[in-house]
Amino acid sequence: MALIDNNGSHELLDADASGQLVIHAPTTTPARQPRRKSRWPARLDMLQSASGLFLAVFLMAHMFFVSTILISHDAFYTVARFFEGAYFLGKPQPLLVSGVVIVILVIFITHAWLAMRKFPAGYRQYRAFMQHKNSLRHSDTSLWWLQIWTGFALFFMATIHLYDMLMQPALIGPYESADRVWTGNMWPLYLLLLLAAELHASIGLYRLAIKWGWFAAKQPNRYRRRLRWAKHAISAFYITLGLVTLAAYVDLGRAHADRAGERYVPTQQSAPQHPGKH
Amino acid sequence: MISILHRKTGTLPPRRLCIQVLRHNPADPASVPHLQPYEIEEAEGMTLFIALNEIRAAQDPSVQFDFVCRAGICGSCAMLIDGRPGLACRTLTRDLGTTITLAPLPFFELIGDLSVNTGKWMRGTAERLQTWIHDATPVAIDTLETPMDPDLAEAIYELDRCIECGCCIAGCGTAQMREDFVGAIGLNKIARFRLDPRDQRSDDDFYELIGDDDGVFGCMSLLGCHDVCPKQLPLQTQIAYLRRKMAVIGFSS
Repeated sequence: MALIDNNGSHELLDADASGQLVIHAPTTTPARQPRRKSRWPARLDMLQSASGLFLAVFLMAHMFFVSTILISHDAFYTVARFFEGAYFLGKPQPLLVSGVVIVILVIFITHAWLAMRKFPAGYRQYRAFMQHKNSLRHSDTSLWWLQIWTGFALFFMATIHLYDMLMQPALIGPYESADRVWTGNMWPLYLLLLLAAELHASIGLYRLAIKWGWFAAKQPNRYRRRLRWAKHAISAFYITLGLVTLAAYVDLGRAHADRAGERYVPTQQSAPQHPGKH
Repeated sequence: MISILHRKTGTLPPRRLCIQVLRHNPADPASVPHLQPYEIEEAEGMTLFIALNEIRAAQDPSVQFDFVCRAGICGSCAMLIDGRPGLACRTLTRDLGTTITLAPLPFFELIGDLSVNTGKWMRGTAERLQTWIHDATPVAIDTLETPMDPDLAEAIYELDRCIECGCCIAGCGTAQMREDFVGAIGLNKIARFRLDPRDQRSDDDFYELIGDDDGVFGCMSLLGCHDVCPKQLPLQTQIAYLRRKMAVIGFSS
């Protein structure tokens, strides 16, 4: 009758009040509970996912706003002034842009700090993972490696861009941005930043869906194939849109190089349609 | 009659396979880990388990590897096959090239050559995660058990199919870097006992076991476990499910 008991007792078979035999099954938890486990790992994990999701969604919206230059100069001018509150406050307030940049910067730093916990710590872990990745030849494992390196690159590249926007929020406009890209020599940074950010975001979104089981279907593998397809599609779409947009700014910047620094004036102000109103 | 039974075999001469085995005896200080090649002739429907037995019987009786059931049920013969974890008895040589490299599972204690002590780690994990039914009510042995809904029993059984072969741990990027990580096997067991109505533990109790970065929050969703599991357990959905439940506890109080 040597059954196992959590209390270490050998008297497993016992009679209760009615004289019926009972077995003491292992109890739920040991009587003394040293200390409750911290809730922080759960919160930090959620925060890492939430900040990443926010940044990815922001990045997508950002790309659409920036790419309005492909529609027309005026379209981009309108979007830029819109975010300066020109249509609510009467006149553009570039400080609003700085405010948004500060919020993004805080979330960006929080996300980087949280995600950094997952990086290989030290050479031993680095080597263990490399060896594992190379022998396993498994796409999701290799994607994580790309995620680490693009994330690492973003520490620096995104920070430069954010600081630039924080300090010169007023210089967002067709000529202003194009001059920054070409005359200001920012295009190599923007090119690398585009690739790193879009890859990092689409892999991150894919990972989020896997991690929390979003859009789950009955058959996990079929749903994963769909997710992977969506990931590739998002990467391809945003990188293409980004490259075309960057090319448009480079083009405009080169054409405008000799007049660099000149502010853009929208067409209805520079060439009024109804001169009689003046 | 049935064409597949009359399929012509032997039109091609059987392949010569070169099976390279990573040999090492950790108990022998003079032993140096090295790849030892063995040549054998491929047979119809040959598995790596058959090939290894042939090598041991005809060429080198000193090759160490584990097997019991030869049918993918016992989980003993897990090893790295061309760098990926898998069961030797469930891997057909015809799915592999002519040169096959076999190595012991990483992470676990090496006994010798391809044999690793998964049992020791599994036992430790079971004790750490208390993977048994916790029921404080006295069991009356002469009354009928409470019946269980067949669908629920089926769902529990689905997760109980784990054979503890260790492939998921060997396929896990996180576990390679952080030895204390519970891995898919531990999380799957927690998911199994969480489903079981006889287990009276609450999510708060489970949080005490897996609510940290060595537990469910350590998982980076690389899905190596899910993709190498020889039993095709739904590890991704189980870990995601536990993560959601444990995250709720994190915000509860």
